[in-house]
Amino acid sequence: MTSLLTYTLKYLPSTSQWTLRFSMRPLSCSSQLRAAAAVQAKSKRTLAKPNLRNIVVVDGVRTPFLLSGTSYKDLMPHDLARAALSGLLHRTSVPKDVVDYIIFGTVIQEVKTSNVAREAALGAGFSDRTPAHTVTMACISSNQAMTTAVNLIASGQCDVVVAGGVELMSDVPIRHSRKMRKMMLDLNKAKTLGQRLSLISKFRLNFLSPELPAVAEFSTNETMGHSADRLAAAFAISRLEQDEYALRSHSLAKKAQDEGLLSDVVPFKVPGKDTVTQDNGIRPSSLEQMAKLKPAFIKPYGTVTAANSSFLTDGASAVLILAEEKALAMGYKPKAYLRDFVYVSQDPKDQLLLGPTYATPKVLEKAGLTMNDIDAFEFHEAFSGQILANLKAMDSDWFAQNYMGRKAKVGSPPLEKFNIWGGSLSLGHPFGATGCRLVMATANRLQKEGGQYGLVAACAAGGQVCHRSFIGASRKSFSWKQNKFIQECLI
Amino acid sequence: MVASRAVGSLSRFTASRMLRCPGYICRNFTRSSALLTRTHINYGVKGDVAVIRINSPNSKVNTLGQEVHSEFIEVMNEVWSSNQIRSAVLISSKPGCFIAGADLNMLTACTTPQEVTQISQEAQRMFEKVEKSTKPIVAAINGSCLGGGLELAISCQYRIATKDKKTVLGSPEVLLGILPGAGGTQRLPKMVGVPAAFDMMLTGRGIRADRAKKMGLVDQLVEPLGPGIKPPEERTIEYLEEVAITFAKGLADKKISPKRDKGLVEKLTSYAMSIPFVRQQIYKKVEERVRKQTKGLYPAPLKIIDVVKTGIEQGSDAGYLSESQKFGELAMTKESKALMGLYRGQTLCKKNKFGAPQKEVKQLAILGAGLMGAGIAQVSVDKGLQTILKDATLAALGRGQQQVFRGLNDKVKKKALTSFERDAFFSNLTGQLDYQGFEKADMVIEAVFEDLSLKHKVLKEVEAVIPDHCVFASNTSALPINEIAAVSKRPEKVIGMHYFSPVDKMQLLEIITTQKTSKDTTASAVEVGLKQGKVIIVVKDGPGFYTTRCLAPMMSEVIRILQEGVGPKKLDSLTTSFGFPVGAATLVDEVGVDVAKHVAENLGKVFGERFAGGSLEVLKQMIAKGFLGRKSGKGFYIYQEGVKNKNLNSDIDSILASLKMPSQPDVSSDEDIQYRLVTRFVNEAVLCLQEGVLASPTEGDIGAVFGLGFPPSLGGPFRFVDLYGAQKIVDRLRKYEAAYGKQFTPCQLLVDHASSPNKKFYQ
Repeated sequence: MTSLLTYTLKYLPSTSQWTLRFSMRPLSCSSQLRAAAAVQAKSKRTLAKPNLRNIVVVDGVRTPFLLSGTSYKDLMPHDLARAALSGLLHRTSVPKDVVDYIIFGTVIQEVKTSNVAREAALGAGFSDRTPAHTVTMACISSNQAMTTAVNLIASGQCDVVVAGGVELMSDVPIRHSRKMRKMMLDLNKAKTLGQRLSLISKFRLNFLSPELPAVAEFSTNETMGHSADRLAAAFAISRLEQDEYALRSHSLAKKAQDEGLLSDVVPFKVPGKDTVTQDNGIRPSSLEQMAKLKPAFIKPYGTVTAANSSFLTDGASAVLILAEEKALAMGYKPKAYLRDFVYVSQDPKDQLLLGPTYATPKVLEKAGLTMNDIDAFEFHEAFSGQILANLKAMDSDWFAQNYMGRKAKVGSPPLEKFNIWGGSLSLGHPFGATGCRLVMATANRLQKEGGQYGLVAACAAGGQVCHRSFIGASRKSFSWKQNKFIQECLI
Repeated sequence: MVASRAVGSLSRFTASRMLRCPGYICRNFTRSSALLTRTHINYGVKGDVAVIRINSPNSKVNTLGQEVHSEFIEVMNEVWSSNQIRSAVLISSKPGCFIAGADLNMLTACTTPQEVTQISQEAQRMFEKVEKSTKPIVAAINGSCLGGGLELAISCQYRIATKDKKTVLGSPEVLLGILPGAGGTQRLPKMVGVPAAFDMMLTGRGIRADRAKKMGLVDQLVEPLGPGIKPPEERTIEYLEEVAITFAKGLADKKISPKRDKGLVEKLTSYAMSIPFVRQQIYKKVEERVRKQTKGLYPAPLKIIDVVKTGIEQGSDAGYLSESQKFGELAMTKESKALMGLYRGQTLCKKNKFGAPQKEVKQLAILGAGLMGAGIAQVSVDKGLQTILKDATLAALGRGQQQVFRGLNDKVKKKALTSFERDAFFSNLTGQLDYQGFEKADMVIEAVFEDLSLKHKVLKEVEAVIPDHCVFASNTSALPINEIAAVSKRPEKVIGMHYFSPVDKMQLLEIITTQKTSKDTTASAVEVGLKQGKVIIVVKDGPGFYTTRCLAPMMSEVIRILQEGVGPKKLDSLTTSFGFPVGAATLVDEVGVDVAKHVAENLGKVFGERFAGGSLEVLKQMIAKGFLGRKSGKGFYIYQEGVKNKNLNSDIDSILASLKMPSQPDVSSDEDIQYRLVTRFVNEAVLCLQEGVLASPTEGDIGAVFGLGFPPSLGGPFRFVDLYGAQKIVDRLRKYEAAYGKQFTPCQLLVDHASSPNKKFYQ
């Protein structure tokens, strides 16, 4: 599914107020103003819609994204989520009692904190009168959290909503087998010693074999890496191309990190450990080194390797979303408008990771824009092969005509506007938290580069949840979704 | 069912006449012919790998025929002689088919065993060259790889297969009454071990790619691809080729070993097989089992065991010689002619002769959730047909829904479906008690109780709610369709669709057209049947149509034989040893005594004396005592859940004793009893053709074998007349006619065939 939020540059009266504010910031003023002028020269129109509230992102933060099994390994998911929430409070100074609602996305749930949003909010010191809920939609769970927030505000239910996501892959619930669980539950109900003994006598050693969280798609039983490898092959993408793209991601991330562009990262003092200040998965290597790796999924001749896939990551993120008039009233200078979004879904077997291709033209059409209008693209990088396949698919008339029912291709995004501060391959991909990172990267990039429109897209695997809640009406569509945001920047 | 087993596969036979190759001498002349366009086989060179592509024109499948073989030899000689080429990939350009086997016509054209043996020897020589090739050859398999196709593949140094549902490897020759004649009997045991090789060659079963990998039949798997820069099927073949090329290079560079690591079990098995005593025991066991199952009616399986044994015990040369000789002998047997005929017939009956219907059936409704109704639903939902299952009561409906679910779930247990696919299919089924949604139905199949007034009632009810284009099909085994259609407002839309129980196992569908049934209605019914995976015969309306009408006189004879004092067990063994998959007495129990009585009564009224024989009273008394057959737990036998060996129902004895008939010694030998049953069947079948109920002998044979279990080894009643001789059958009928009268009077068409020996049903 794709969700697309748009952030708009407004040329309405309120804009002038903000421009004014900018001019009062001597440091950033000159370059930013020039950029703003350039944007205005392009005179792109606003994406504001009549009779709809404008919704803005004030700011967003994330904990550093770490490889699983490193500094965060002894934490629980709500600890990480709490860190993101505290960071957001600190960054935005939003009064806790103003927040109407809190929504978090997560994928692999810790059973003890199944509503992780609520546990984290309480721990972070938010008012216990602020309701919170948790959403799940595979890799776009936090996109879902944000679009839920947008809907709450657009419908007038709320004015101030915190949306975020968290994933702790260092610890996952490993269950007893169904047989063992059944026996234990029955034992609970057994009243006499005889009943208990007869239940215990049914015990077999294989009851003890544990049940791991499924890494495979429920409907097809195929792991995502496997699917990505097939996708790359279907689009005839070579190992070298994939390695080159992964290297690009790592190099760009490294550059952004070194230049301090990843300003959404907030330091996190891990209890009992040192303060973590930056992402630790960024490791630019050489093509020769990468070429040595063996395929990770389709052995021995596949093309997807550990080096060109996103890695298991721990991390949390949060953004503050407000109705525009409320933000202004509170004296905020919002970073971006959230404008439009689309969710799509496809066949979970052969098109599992092709969502961005389907969603991009849809959301552009909805917003009345073309590829050329977009200044910043942030696409979720699950696998190099997946990104390259999507780029190829978007650039293929044949694919557009035969699979998307379109007359012509939408065109692929120019790489110079695409994930230029790194992506999930290098920064990491905590499933539930990536969406907010994408949105903040887009907003920060637009602000820095003076662009007006940004577009966010992500692909996700899916369980039945999304299938039912979003596309229940269409029989043949399966749970495949991806998110996309168009963003108009303020500057 | 043995019947379906025997012909259930897409095989073509393997072997082919090759031009004697002049060998390397000719290479100077053919050197540049890489650029030549050949008809079936072409090759290109990528780097140092030759990619040999097989693509027979104007055909959905590749088969090994004379032309293919000579082109293959040419190409291989060029590959072997070229200095530029170090390895080769063998691949088919057809989606869904590598090589489906050898050209059957080539075999049937032979008139002597020697000719067939020669074909086999030429193929053996060629494949041996492939096996001994110093330049590694990789077989890249996508789609069916059967018979000769498999023999070619296992001659190559390496095999890579797509993990697609269509990729099936197998040696189905035995189902055509022959054996793998191009070295398969010798190579397969070495490749997968003797027990697995026996299993493949004796059952003819197709093996899916993932299992083939586990068995060591293929070395690598390639996942089929989804949409990308090209249509999925096309790109998958391309990808398979790319992967195969890397392996071919690796093999040529000795970076990849063609030898496979064997697992512990495999090592143990191969060690055990090296002990002569163990081998002897295995041969003995397998032979015993084959004898028991085939009852000596099928010569091919025993010959296969023999040939494999010769190869292992006396060396390859003896093995190859024995293979080619036995192959020649088998190809000339009546059994192989019968089985090949059935195979051809089956192919014919899987086509829609009536063209595409104007409107495709997407929404199906079935009335009655009994065994038949639910069975029809089961074979429909997993083909993507939206299906309404309607019954009058919740209990009956629930039973039917459970039957559909169980059928799908059994497939999950066998790993033929995933649980997710099962759920998706099951959601195509709507169970209901009313006529809601019938306004959208494209076809209604009624499977309510066999009672004319009830069928009239539902027909009228249904016609009040269905749209104009909707077809009304009646699943009846004996009620004439025109009588059912009599109350219809639109008789051109009424047709008979006679399914056989159990619907998911029995391949046959008998479609019955009345004089008023429109061609489009027939096309629609055939289309649905084909979608449901059925083999279809289309017959004219009449009492008992074709299948029931043939069965009825035989059943009448069964009762008479029982009344004459032959016990059910003895009768069963006589019929099964003749080749019927189910014994005659057991068959009555399976069909249901009440159904048998119903049919006998109805048809008896219409056809009179010809259908007489046993006394209806036997069936009536059984019904009175509640012995309805398997469904009531008691019939001629007693049926208990979980009890494998069924016991005789001793209460039947008193019924049979009270209705005893004197037996006539000169027509009551074991053989006479068998022929009394079969000749009545055959005579009625030929009469159906004579009267125009049947359109062709092929449909008659297919209907008898796949619907009624007529011995597949005989190929069906018409093939039987051709092979056994019409005169002999008429003689037998005359003999029994003398004893019993008109029931055995041969029909005119049969007499005609007897009087002119050149007349054959199959020319």
